[in-house]
Amino acid sequence: MGVEGIGASVVRKEDKRFITGKGRYVDDIKLIGMTYAHFIRSPHAHAKVKGIDSSAAMKMPGVVAVLTGQQIVDDKIGNLICGWAITSKDGSPMKMGAWPAMAPETVRFVGQAVAVVIAETKNQARDAAEAVVVNYEELPAVADVRAALKPGAPQLHPEAPGNIIYDWHIGDDAAVKAAFAKAANVVSLDVTNNRLVPNAMEPRAAIADYDAAEEHFTLWTTSQNPHVARLVLSAFYNVAPEHKLRVIAPDVGGGFGSKIYIYPEEMVALWASKKVGRPVKWTGDRSEAFLTDAHGRDHVTHAEMAFDKDNKILGLRVKTHANFGAYMSLFSSSVPTYLYATLLSGQYVIPAIYAEVMAVYTNTTPVDAYRGAGRPEASYLLERMMETAARQLKVDPAELRKKNFITSFPYQTPVIMTYDAGDFHASIDAAMKAIDYAGFPARKAKAKAEGKLRGIGVSCYIEACGIAPSKAVGSLGAGVGLWESAEIRVNPVGTIEVLTGSHSHGQSHETTFAQLIAERLGVPISQVSIVHGDTDKVQFGMGTYGSRSIAVGGAAIVKAMEKVEAKAKKIAAHALEASENDIVIENGEFKVTGTDKSIALPMVALAAYTAHNLPEGMEPGLKETAFYDPTNFTFPAGAYICEVEVDAATGKTSFVNFVAADDFGRLINPMVVEGQVHGGLAQGIGQALLEHAVYNENGQPVTASFMDYTMPRADDLPSFKIQHTMTLCPSNPLGVKGCGEAGAIGASAAVINAITDAIGNNKLEMPASPDRVWRAIHG
Amino acid sequence: MSTVKLTVNGKAVSVDVEDRTLLVQLLRENLNLTGTHVGCDTSQCGACVVHIDGRAVKSCTVLATQAAGSNVTTIEGIAKGEELHPMQAAFRDNHGLQCGFCTPGMIMSSIDIVNRHGGKVDEATVRQELDGNICRCTGYHNIVKAVLDAASRMKVAQAAE
Repeated sequence: MGVEGIGASVVRKEDKRFITGKGRYVDDIKLIGMTYAHFIRSPHAHAKVKGIDSSAAMKMPGVVAVLTGQQIVDDKIGNLICGWAITSKDGSPMKMGAWPAMAPETVRFVGQAVAVVIAETKNQARDAAEAVVVNYEELPAVADVRAALKPGAPQLHPEAPGNIIYDWHIGDDAAVKAAFAKAANVVSLDVTNNRLVPNAMEPRAAIADYDAAEEHFTLWTTSQNPHVARLVLSAFYNVAPEHKLRVIAPDVGGGFGSKIYIYPEEMVALWASKKVGRPVKWTGDRSEAFLTDAHGRDHVTHAEMAFDKDNKILGLRVKTHANFGAYMSLFSSSVPTYLYATLLSGQYVIPAIYAEVMAVYTNTTPVDAYRGAGRPEASYLLERMMETAARQLKVDPAELRKKNFITSFPYQTPVIMTYDAGDFHASIDAAMKAIDYAGFPARKAKAKAEGKLRGIGVSCYIEACGIAPSKAVGSLGAGVGLWESAEIRVNPVGTIEVLTGSHSHGQSHETTFAQLIAERLGVPISQVSIVHGDTDKVQFGMGTYGSRSIAVGGAAIVKAMEKVEAKAKKIAAHALEASENDIVIENGEFKVTGTDKSIALPMVALAAYTAHNLPEGMEPGLKETAFYDPTNFTFPAGAYICEVEVDAATGKTSFVNFVAADDFGRLINPMVVEGQVHGGLAQGIGQALLEHAVYNENGQPVTASFMDYTMPRADDLPSFKIQHTMTLCPSNPLGVKGCGEAGAIGASAAVINAITDAIGNNKLEMPASPDRVWRAIHG
Repeated sequence: MSTVKLTVNGKAVSVDVEDRTLLVQLLRENLNLTGTHVGCDTSQCGACVVHIDGRAVKSCTVLATQAAGSNVTTIEGIAKGEELHPMQAAFRDNHGLQCGFCTPGMIMSSIDIVNRHGGKVDEATVRQELDGNICRCTGYHNIVKAVLDAASRMKVAQAAE
């Protein structure tokens, strides 16, 4: 490793602009002649739109247009779609209800747009929106997933009778029945995985600019995947043909999944820009984010696990109801199926698994992937189950896990996945040592003597990341391939541009991707620029989600670099009059082994572009492209242990210690990796203790601001102890696994296991607010 | 409409604004100082924190006219040319930021915290006093580290002056 190569914790290249206020987010951009959009949104969870009167609004100062849902339908802008097809048990396709970008007839959740005002200023648009009169006829609404399935429940979509989108299953029902028939012990558990709001700190925003002369659109948007946005807007939503649409995602202030999707606001901005003949800007406020950003989680699950007399797991049976909200968001269908049930084997040998998942419409904001996406729900269920089992079987929870760990790889689970590498004992041992697990009983006794309730909780997670190969996800219903592309341009002076289809919105690509170049080509990272987030610059790419950027995007860079190296070696060999096979690259020099002859990379690059003396038949230039499709998912895994103290008088939980031991394979920049873990842990702990998107029975959101929805703040969280163990991933050339989601996947079960241990009552749902904990203690 | 005269980052400015204009709107929209961000609409997130006469204030909670005559410092105004403020340097060196959106507000609040405590801050104090600034990326771990690091750097810098 060089000082800036793989494994070096170099400080980030991108930081300077952010710490000096020079970041360039969508809302920071102004165009000449720009107008501002303000959406008129339904205050009702379910209603017919009987009429929209915009006559008064049109007379208000600065108003350019008031556009409605009917107009967008009349202009044949396509409905929003879900791009992952799931087939029910009975062989029938999933039932997708129509979702127009603005509702012409029926609104199905609070916040759904029915019209938009375009005006000269933001304030004028907002003022005029107040003057638009929408006549609604309220309909009965339903917000709870189980209530939506009851006979007589309000029906959302004619396409989905009974509000059922699909009733899917995976695994072997008969094998599970046989396993339970011979069980010595059966443990059962009911869990709710609470609905969350992603709340990236930058609210979503879009600027659309239509050039009538060229019939060309430019869209600046807060996207994790600008190319996917362009593809969907072109191929499915009929907004603009692909070659006439440029999508730019500049600096983006966090995503966590919520900025994967193409939302109605971007579609409307593009369409409206053409209609009014001027650029249109929309910047969401936080209230709109709560109402319209895709939410996360919201599962209700019953599960049973069978054990033999030696406490070995025999089988697992799971039944989950997933609340999808009012419409099927872009990747919603994959979350409670292939991103959830395929991880139900966890870190354990479970010979038989059978899971059923029912996806259900309710009058709430649509739900889709949020940091972890399905895997946190699987991990939470399994790790609460293991803890519950240990308590019921009266064995140490860590020992019960160890007894059932998978220890040889590759390991084929009964639910599709083939784990390629791992060492689960190593991570739990590292975590137990770091938290002094052996010393816990003494600490608990001491705390008890002081009148405090102390508990410890373990969580051993595994996740499937990279979300590829394309062929595999295609066979499971994905509508797109999930490879990644990279282009490396070595300039004539030897500086390097790397164009990547993955997108950084906090993940540090501009530094870690440059480190990959530094490692191989010996070029300082200051000489490397990472270009991303612009469909006019980067040829194609699939973006950033599923902890895929380094495992898929980084691997694509390695593949392109191999091609660059191969050509550069040929040029160097020609210049040095040596054999290509004798050329080695050391610290940016191309050397002839066993001699003192060498040529520096800039001279090789210059030779490639002057083309005065290249090997016979070689094309000029030094630029290569690679598309990389992995051979398997990657499987980051680890063990989290937390120790808490609960105040019995108030129900408040305080952290004594939180240890994370993760196996992410090879680390490119450990500082960055630890930062990703910290952030993930905060979101997992947030889910466990604080966060909850609550609807009342009429579908009104009651936690739709930071005043009501409890975000984790600095004094809610401890400092974390981070440990690393390492097994290399054999499925990509870097041996990396991805680290973006782990914390959010593993943390919540550790917290609830610790609190329930402290209070001696296993019945506790997330978020474990002081109120709920107090009730669990005092009955 | 009102004419608001104030000093921003050491420069006297005079801006005509609607009376309902917030200070953050004046900074972002009239002066193009887009380093100050808006992350919520309920004065909770702290992405908009600036200094008014040396004190950290949420600029979304102040009318532009209320700031008339005052001395406003934004994230763009704390470095001395190419030399970063010690708090900026500490955020970079401790990886105290990821997406960067909350960062300007975090830095402006943190400078105020350190100043108010005369540089004597511990982890508990920093965590408690950063309560008005929300970060979704870092889990605060490295932000707290950065503030503690900056506190000692700022002490050294003050001693040197």
